Amino acid sequence: MKIDNYHAWPDVQGRFGRYGGSFVAETLMAPLAELTEAYTRLRNDPEFVAELDRDLAHYVGRPSPLYYAERLSRDVGGARIVLKREDLNHTGAHKINNTVGQALLARHMGKPRVIAETGAGQHGVATATVAARLGLKCVVYMGATDIERQKINVYRMKLLGAEVVPVTSGSKTLKDALNEALRDWVTNVADTFYIIGTVAGPHPYPMMVRDFNAIVGREARAQMQEQFGRLPDVVTACVGGGSNAMGIFHAFLNDRDVRLVGAEAAGEGLASGHHAASLAAGRPGVLHGNRTYVLCDDDGQITETHSISAGLDYPGVGPEHAFLKDTGRAEYLGISDDEAMEAFHRLCRTEGILPALESSHAVAQAIKLARELPEDGLVLCNLSGRGDKDVHTIAAREGIEL
Amino acid sequence: MSAASDHRLDRRFAALKANGRTGLVPFITAGDPAPELTVPTMHALVAAGADVIELGMPFSDPMADGPVIQHASERALRHGVGVAEVLDWVRAFRRDDAETPVVLMGYLNPVEIMGVERFATAAAAAGVDGVLLVDCPIEEDATAAPLREAGLRRILLTAPTTADARLQRACELAEGFLYYVSFAGITGAARLSVDAIAERVADIRQRSRAPVAVGFGVRDADSARAIAAFADAVVIGSALVESLAGATDAAQVEQRVRAFLKPIRAALDR
Repeated sequence: MKIDNYHAWPDVQGRFGRYGGSFVAETLMAPLAELTEAYTRLRNDPEFVAELDRDLAHYVGRPSPLYYAERLSRDVGGARIVLKREDLNHTGAHKINNTVGQALLARHMGKPRVIAETGAGQHGVATATVAARLGLKCVVYMGATDIERQKINVYRMKLLGAEVVPVTSGSKTLKDALNEALRDWVTNVADTFYIIGTVAGPHPYPMMVRDFNAIVGREARAQMQEQFGRLPDVVTACVGGGSNAMGIFHAFLNDRDVRLVGAEAAGEGLASGHHAASLAAGRPGVLHGNRTYVLCDDDGQITETHSISAGLDYPGVGPEHAFLKDTGRAEYLGISDDEAMEAFHRLCRTEGILPALESSHAVAQAIKLARELPEDGLVLCNLSGRGDKDVHTIAAREGIEL
Repeated sequence: MSAASDHRLDRRFAALKANGRTGLVPFITAGDPAPELTVPTMHALVAAGADVIELGMPFSDPMADGPVIQHASERALRHGVGVAEVLDWVRAFRRDDAETPVVLMGYLNPVEIMGVERFATAAAAAGVDGVLLVDCPIEEDATAAPLREAGLRRILLTAPTTADARLQRACELAEGFLYYVSFAGITGAARLSVDAIAERVADIRQRSRAPVAVGFGVRDADSARAIAAFADAVVIGSALVESLAGATDAAQVEQRVRAFLKPIRAALDR
């Protein structure tokens, strides 16, 4: 397919080529239509836009810096690696760009209750945060297995006034939390807004979550011009559901000379079967309301995934990434747990920045890409979150008791 | 869809209408409580008065289902039940029952992974009459086109929240029967406002050539009887699946099906 303008997607039915759409039960069609209508109206409303911009500036702390990681680059011995510091946002990740937007939307739509799904707890915390600020009741669905693994984030959500509901169905992880949140929404739609945390789910979520995160790429593109006088040679970001990657990729989609590389979680290696690389190792299917690449068995049952990073541990991926993969506009490569760990330590030691395990996959990818380029090359890497939340996981993996 | 159609589903609904009876459409999850019990359960349902059988194809992520059917799905998946097994059981059922229509109900991913065309051909050959894909709304109708081409009826859902223009479109596309979800929620919840449902179903029956079956929240003889006053058929799922859970042999299944379904059949025929 020849694409003239990548910014023209999705179409009105929420399709990115053959991907996306609204594959949901009939009972969800009306709430989705209501949401699409409200979002389409408000996204161009000057008052709404001004309110969102104010929150992004004064509450989230935008713009986030663009930082040339000079010692890391020298240590790697290749092109210059430049980090977009989303880890410096309030709550420590890009997730809040989206929750601030959706919570404002909820308030404008007169919904006093918000719900969210969460895996590692980052999106849950970001949702509980904005709910507290706007005085909205907040319920977060979280797999029972994840609750056990992420006790600190569970407590953070509770401190922020949210109710955390354990999900015990299926594999008791993120995908099951998403199912349960959809069930809640369908039952309580009159007063409830569902804040999905990634660029997946039925239309309009993939478009809307991308739009709220696209500020990352818009800022980075302008900052590259200001600081380096040109665009990067390559942009890289980690991809679980894919919201931070869509956020930074979007502004560059029509810059055909800029290579876009997504780093998926290869876990213990793609050949091991223990990974979460839906694009690199999955196939087109339908999950959580959209057609996209999924990890499933030959019977079409969704399979359990593995990654050291809970935030990448998801068997689907946003439909726009599926589209970018098939059209060749972006590439998706696997980064293993070990490679991510190595990048984590390297960034800590050379730059004094402790990245999230998710973002460590992007750093690992950036390191590989930098090695392929000459010294005056430029690799832009989305440092999507900070790693404080991961210190227990890392210590445990390295056999250290805290 | 006319009485003249020789499609098994259409013939069954035409006969119900001719006899002034309300259809009874029980739902079970294929492979639950145990794979070897599915075919005996289907026969037991017919013996206890079922007019159409809805057979659920288990899926790992049944986002529109409540806990009862979720758990039934999980149990079936632990037994390794997939689309191929479900079709085998329909084929086996057909050896002894050429008349009772069978509708498969499930989610799109297993069907897509098999290939919609391949699935449609195999299902029709096995003796399936209709397919209800929970997560394939009318907007995505093109995806389901091979079902119709294979002679299967595509069963559509409508809900209290379905907007008027979409309801009209669903009524136009409806075939076999139109499944009215009686409230906006997941399967197995217990909320019924009979008057509101009656009003809505009357409207749909005016617009649709296909008969209307009402489900979601029908649990027993009383709620079934209330629905029967205005619907062409009543669907019973979660309460039945719950009553079958834990059954270990065919005799037990038959006894439970009889105990559960007979009073409902009697209430519908009263």
